[in-house]
Amino acid sequence: MTPNLTTSKEQGILTPLQRVQEQFSQEVVETHAFRGDETLVIRPGALLAVAKFLKTAPELDFNFLMDLTAVDYLFFAGGRVQKEFRFEVVYHFYSLKHNHRLRIKVPVDEKDPEVDTLTGLWPSADWYEREAWDMFGIQFKGHPNLKRILMYEEFQGHALRKDYPFNKRQPLIGPQN
Amino acid sequence: MVTQTRNMLLNVGPSHPAMHGVIRLIMELEGEKIKGVDVEIGYLHRAFEKMCETVMYAQCFPYTDRLNYVSPLINNVGFAMTVEKLLGIDVPERAKYIRVIMSEISRVTDHLTCIGASAMELGAMSVFLYMIKAREYLYELVEEITGARLTISYVRIGGVKADLTAGFVDKAFQKIADVRKVLIEVDELLTRNRIFFDRMKGIGTISADDAIAYGITGPFLRSTGVAYDVRKANPYLIYDRLDFEVPTGTTGDNLDRYFVRMAEMEQSLRMIEQCFQQIPDGAVSGELTGCLVPAAQMVDRAKMGQTEDLIEDEVDLDPTLQGGTKRYHDAINADQKDVVLPAKENTYGNIEGLMNHFKLVMYGHGIRPPVGEVYFPVEGANGELGFYIVSDGRDLPWRVRVHPPCFPIMAALPKCLVGGMMADMVSTFGSVNMIAGELDR
Repeated sequence: MTPNLTTSKEQGILTPLQRVQEQFSQEVVETHAFRGDETLVIRPGALLAVAKFLKTAPELDFNFLMDLTAVDYLFFAGGRVQKEFRFEVVYHFYSLKHNHRLRIKVPVDEKDPEVDTLTGLWPSADWYEREAWDMFGIQFKGHPNLKRILMYEEFQGHALRKDYPFNKRQPLIGPQN
Repeated sequence: MVTQTRNMLLNVGPSHPAMHGVIRLIMELEGEKIKGVDVEIGYLHRAFEKMCETVMYAQCFPYTDRLNYVSPLINNVGFAMTVEKLLGIDVPERAKYIRVIMSEISRVTDHLTCIGASAMELGAMSVFLYMIKAREYLYELVEEITGARLTISYVRIGGVKADLTAGFVDKAFQKIADVRKVLIEVDELLTRNRIFFDRMKGIGTISADDAIAYGITGPFLRSTGVAYDVRKANPYLIYDRLDFEVPTGTTGDNLDRYFVRMAEMEQSLRMIEQCFQQIPDGAVSGELTGCLVPAAQMVDRAKMGQTEDLIEDEVDLDPTLQGGTKRYHDAINADQKDVVLPAKENTYGNIEGLMNHFKLVMYGHGIRPPVGEVYFPVEGANGELGFYIVSDGRDLPWRVRVHPPCFPIMAALPKCLVGGMMADMVSTFGSVNMIAGELDR
């Protein structure tokens, strides 16, 4: 295994966050490293370029797309915190070679929730993106087979959105409400 | 006249004995050869992530039990550690060791179930019975500590519910020896068994590159020769103090996955033994100084103000709450009053403890992490089990996401199946160790 993050910092090598920030300074909206989780918020248009860079740059070499999900920030913190966009698509990357992780977040508008698909770079994005579409209604442009995965085709709405009541029932058979 | 051959569509599941729960495979067959597979999941979707948003942090534990229902303790540990990372707190040494012991016991039960079930599907019924017998030994250990076998809800944010019982170490060593005996028996029955060998060797193969591209982790990835294990790559708890190996395969077929799981069980048993050697001492049952008072009596005495003699006394609790009384409390729980429930004697016997308890269990109070987001991976029995939690500073989590290790494996299942024979689907699917609870959430 290659040295972990703390030692590389001491040697003056850039962390993944700094490296991406240096490369895409125009596209990075915000960064933080809360509890050591390096996070970049980037503009939606730059997603494909950043993703490609993460995968191909030898000093980053993120060969795992470990997780992909979304967060709905409608009425976040009871409305006290205002977010510019309602959704954020969250990507967790992991590099087997360098043993480092990075989180990328892409803000998505409520009216036209759409981001580019990453299925061309990581096949694992296929099912994760289907789930994000199923649960949040976020479209992934270019996805080969964007259909529901956990819910059934007749399901109305997107269950993990904050305006979908948790106790709403939509059975395929039986009592409707 | 021209003869025409057509491919057949065959629907396997969701109610099919080889589908381990509820999965539907729509297969395109040419004769008995599989030409294409469409995997349909979601039949066990219970809205885990949505329900976690409606309850307080500590109330999520019963839900996490029901994710991977063959190794629920690892899910508990994963969730607790994610919330602890969010809060920025640490747990006492003894609690760390207990968590590792329980996680490794669970990993063995999980692998036992997986190998037993997949061997049964290939006709080796006695192996299944032996494995379930061995699993039973370990479930008895789990039951002794947690009070339950399956839906254990044992781990707490900032610690664990109860300390180890008196004499547990001896019992555990006995059970480990028993499990080892069973593993040797099973090894003799399966490893050089012609039928088993032929049906596993070279079947369901996946390359290391494909496995990585699909995001597969755990024994499934290790069978391809990639030694990625969260316990080695990002050691959590006390895994960096344990001496263990990460077994890997070479070809990534069903047989390799069987070997990897068998070897991992031995490593887990070794880890449990090492933990018992290293674990710091806690209180031992039997060294009680005061009297043992039934809970109802203690509450009555406290209400009447007779609290002087309560200081020495210990409360006699319902079996599901045992092991967390004040003698043990501090050794297994973090010193964080805003996170950890007080010892039961304090709740029943004095107003400060009662207020502390209610401040943690009432809606609108509870554990309040700062605004932020964390991802924390642990090594589940099937691979990297990661929790991603977003907090908005309230007592309810804003978003709880679980990265289930089965999910990427199921996405890659067509890769393993296409080109093989229909009958081999059973052994390949068995080696995935698909757990519908965590797959569908």
